[in-house]
This record gives sequence, structure tokens and C-alpha cells, in this order.
Amino acid sequence: MKNISISKRNTWQERLNRFTRHGDIPWSLLIGAMAILTLVVVIAIAWMLWTQSADARAKIGWDFFRPTLDATWNPAKDIYQAWPFIYGTLITSLVAIVLAVPISLGIAVFLAELCPERLRLPLNWMIEMLAAIPSVVYGLWGIFVFLPAVVTPVGEFLSHLSVLPGFTGTLFTGPISEDGTSRLAAGLILTIMVIPTITAISRDVLLAIPNSQREAAMGLGSTRWEMIWQVLLPYGLSGILGAVILGLGRALGETMAVTMVMGNANEATGSLLKAGYTMASLLALQFKEAVTPLHTEAMIELGFTLFAITLILNLFARFLVWQVARRTPQEARA
Amino acid sequence: MQTKISVSKAATAEAISEIKVAVKNLSVYYGKFRALAEINIAVQSNQITAIIGPSGCGKSTLLRSFNRMNDLTPNARMEGEIILDGENINASGVDVVDVRRRVGMVFQRPNPFPKSIYDNVAFGPRLYGIRRKNDLDEIVEKSLQQAALWDEVKDKLHQSGFSLSGGQQQRLCIARALAVEPEVILMDEPASALDPISTLRIEELMHDLVKDYTIIIVTHNMQQAARVSDSTAMMMIDEHRAGRLVEFNETQVIFTNPKDKRTEDYVTGRFG
Repeated sequence: MKNISISKRNTWQERLNRFTRHGDIPWSLLIGAMAILTLVVVIAIAWMLWTQSADARAKIGWDFFRPTLDATWNPAKDIYQAWPFIYGTLITSLVAIVLAVPISLGIAVFLAELCPERLRLPLNWMIEMLAAIPSVVYGLWGIFVFLPAVVTPVGEFLSHLSVLPGFTGTLFTGPISEDGTSRLAAGLILTIMVIPTITAISRDVLLAIPNSQREAAMGLGSTRWEMIWQVLLPYGLSGILGAVILGLGRALGETMAVTMVMGNANEATGSLLKAGYTMASLLALQFKEAVTPLHTEAMIELGFTLFAITLILNLFARFLVWQVARRTPQEARA
Repeated sequence: MQTKISVSKAATAEAISEIKVAVKNLSVYYGKFRALAEINIAVQSNQITAIIGPSGCGKSTLLRSFNRMNDLTPNARMEGEIILDGENINASGVDVVDVRRRVGMVFQRPNPFPKSIYDNVAFGPRLYGIRRKNDLDEIVEKSLQQAALWDEVKDKLHQSGFSLSGGQQQRLCIARALAVEPEVILMDEPASALDPISTLRIEELMHDLVKDYTIIIVTHNMQQAARVSDSTAMMMIDEHRAGRLVEFNETQVIFTNPKDKRTEDYVTGRFG
């Protein structure tokens, strides 16, 4: 067997030269390092939140998470119970997702399948501009326009629903405050904020579906409506779920706009029509004014909780996507 | 030819005389561009009619006129008549969904839905409101048997249609088209993405199907047209790049004694 190497000497310069000649190895090391960096950042944040809240975890224990709406968060007495904030985050995000998903899918289907060519470009621009508006602007617009014009009337209407059977729970217990600040306001503002995210990705998913699928459905005598419902949406389901996850992530973590419209009061009720906090809004409001070391630690623990909930929901959603994608073939993944 | 052998003489006489689809003066425009010009063809019932010609001559456009698939292309416009059993399907008031039910289509590349084999075949029947499981089971089995796929898939009806090989997927697509009991089946180069053995199976299948259906096939493969079809339409583009019919006749005549010099050049492989 012949040795194909040109030089028989193996000095370190030659080895280095071979190593770097085609750039493959340094390049893969470089991008590998970047990939590892993301992992390191996530772990570092989790580790920091965990260690910095050690005292709070030791002193407060599981009482921190006790699911009771009349919980107390009293820095003066060093009593910290996080449930109202966890509830606030979950309920506002839930409202946002429940309302935003059908609206976004509707817009996405319109843009991808039905939109006349002339309208397509301006509409796409507008959707992308919605995503680019800073959240503080959403908050400001919410306070001065959206809340008085929409949220207060809707809230008043919902508060009357509680006389109907099936609506007797606490979710719609009114009345809503005059300026409209409430969990409902936060949920509706979040709805508007996640619509562009879900719409843009779902639209791209639909556009990526090969035309042969549309032709197959139409060739069998589907109406356009049947084609969209029975072929396109099932085909793009895993991608659309991915879009919903991204929207959910934005809703869970959104701070500024929510803080501005949610009223920021703890009224010991789960009603959508009452003011409340989310985890993010409490952190934004109180972090600079922490009165005791335990207060700071409790807030870091709250931050850790938000981090963990976001992570768990994301993992669960990834699992869903994976389940769906597993049932559809390789080519079907958008 | 096979059909004529397999049926009785009386039926043969009837089959020959019966015109299933008549294309009269058909022109198709994409915007201002005329893609097809003044096509006239008479497709016989229970026969295989092949459309041949060089690339870009409008074969597929013509095929897609038979079930109004060109409607899906923005700016496409059709002039002239396509008479299916005495009714002009090109008229304005016609229910396109109904036309596509009567005229099924099989595409160049197998395009099963990302659903199970069963759900692929049951898709059409379900669209038309058939819900009872027994009825669906029966249709699925019958269609898969007609498409010569039943024996290969009967034990895995609930696996994904994508788990099949390319040739099997194409037969699945044929079964899916058969499940709505069309009268005419359009095939757009149905075997061009398949290996020779799968191609042969599709051709055999066409021979079987033509007893019950009228088949129109677009093909690039001259041998295939010669092997399977009863009649052949030869197309070519004119000096304005519009597709025109050069010659339409029995396949035997087209391949052995064409009237037009261009047909002769094409079928003998001198160009195209």
C-alpha cells in the first residue's frame, strides 16, 4: 500500500497546515462552539436563578406554590405566595392563545390560499409590521384606545353572562373597572400581539405545501373549503403547532404591555374581569424596590418558576409536534 | 385493442360508435398568451386515448381541460366546447365539482395524502357524504382491487400511504381516483416517475380498467403510447408557440402510416 501523503516529515507546521487547509475542521469547531454556547447560556440562567433563590426556597418551602387565590405577597411581613401571579400568567396566555389561534389561522389561510394577488403584498406587510411594534406602544395604545373602546364594553357584557347557567363560576364575576384594566385586557392585548407570530409562520407552512396536494384534492372534486380543511391543514399541522408554540412563548413572557393594562392589584379572585398580575409584571414592578433580602430571593424564585413553566410548556408542545410529525411522512413536514 | 377482444361483437360495435368526450374548437389562454389553439378531438368510450408530442406543446394543458383543472391556474381562460356525454362542461353554469367527480385524474408524480392507505382511498367517497363504515370498507376494498393493490396492502390499510413504494403509491392514487367511480380517467404521464417494472404494472392496470372506464393519457414515451392506446393525438406548437393538434387517428395508423410528415418524424424519433 502506498502512502499518498506528499511529505514524509511530520513537523507541527505541516500538521497544522493539513488541519486548517480545507477549513472543514476549524469551521465545524466554530459552529459547534456556538451551538454549545446557547446550551451554556440556558443552563447558566437556570443555575443562577436556582442558587440565588436558595434561601427563599428553604424559608418559604412549598407554601410558595400553594394554589390559593387569596394568597398573600407581603414584603413587609415577609410572606410570599406566588399562585396569583402564576394564575395570572397562565390565564392571560390561555385567553390569548384561544382567541389568537383561530383568527391567525383564518388570516394565514386567506393570505396563502384565497387572497387576490393585489392584496397579498400590503396585507403581508401589515402582518409583519404588527409584529414589529414595540410592546410599550401596544400598552400605551391599549390604555388610551383599546381598553375604553373594546375591553370595558366586552367586560360589562361578560359580567352579565354570569346569570346564565354554565357561567356561574368566578371567571366572569364583574363588574369590570371603569378604565378596563383587568386580566381580560391583558389577554386581549396579548391576543393582538401573538396574532402576527402565529399568522406569519402558519402562512409560510401553508405556502410550503406542494401544489400536488391541492391538485389531488381538487381533482377528486373537493371544494376549495374542503381542500383547505381536509388536506392543507392536516398536512401542515405540525408546522402550525410549532407556530402556536412560538406565540405561546411570546404570551407567557410578555411584560411591558401586560403590566400597563392589567391593573396590578391582587384582589383574591380568579375573575378575568378583575385586575391582577402576571409573574413577569410583578417582577418588572417590584424588582427595584425589594425591601428585604428574602423579598429579592422570592422574586428570583418567581423568575425561576416562570422559566420552568415556559420550559415545560415548550417541551410539552415540542412533544406534540413530534407526535404529529411522526404520524406524517418526511415529505409532509413543512 | 384489448377492449375490442374482450367484449362481444354487438358491444364492440356500440363501443366504437360511442363518443365519450368531444373537444370542439378548444383554445386555452394564459393571460394573453394562447397555449392551445383550436383543438378538435373525439375520445371514444372504453378506449385509451394517448396524447403525444414534444415538451411544451400543451399536452398537459389539454388534459387538464377535461376536468377544468386549468381553472386553478390564475389567468387561465378557455374557449370552445368540451362535450361530455352531450353536455358542454366548459359552459359557465356547470358545477365544476361535479365535472371533477365524473372525470378523475392521476398525476405525474404520485401524490397520496399524508393519511393512511384506507383514508386516502376513502377521501373522495367521504367528500360525497358516504359515512357508514361498511359502505366505505366495501368501496376501499373494491377500489384497491381494481387498482391491483389490494393483495399488497390489505394487511396494512392503516399505515401511511407514504410507506408504500413509488409504484404502489401511484396505484394508490389510481385507487383513490377510482373510489369516486368516475366515467373518465385522465392520466398525466402516470409512469414517468416510476421504474420499468412499476411502469409495466400501471400499463397492465390501464388495460384492465379500460373495460369500465374511458382513459385519456399524456405520455412522453412513444413506446408506451403505442403499447397501450387505441387512439393517439399528436400535438405540436405552431409558430406562435400555441399548441395545435397535428393528427388524430387510431394508434396503429399514427405509428405505422401517419398522414402528416411531422408525426412521422416524431414517432420515428427524428426529433422531439
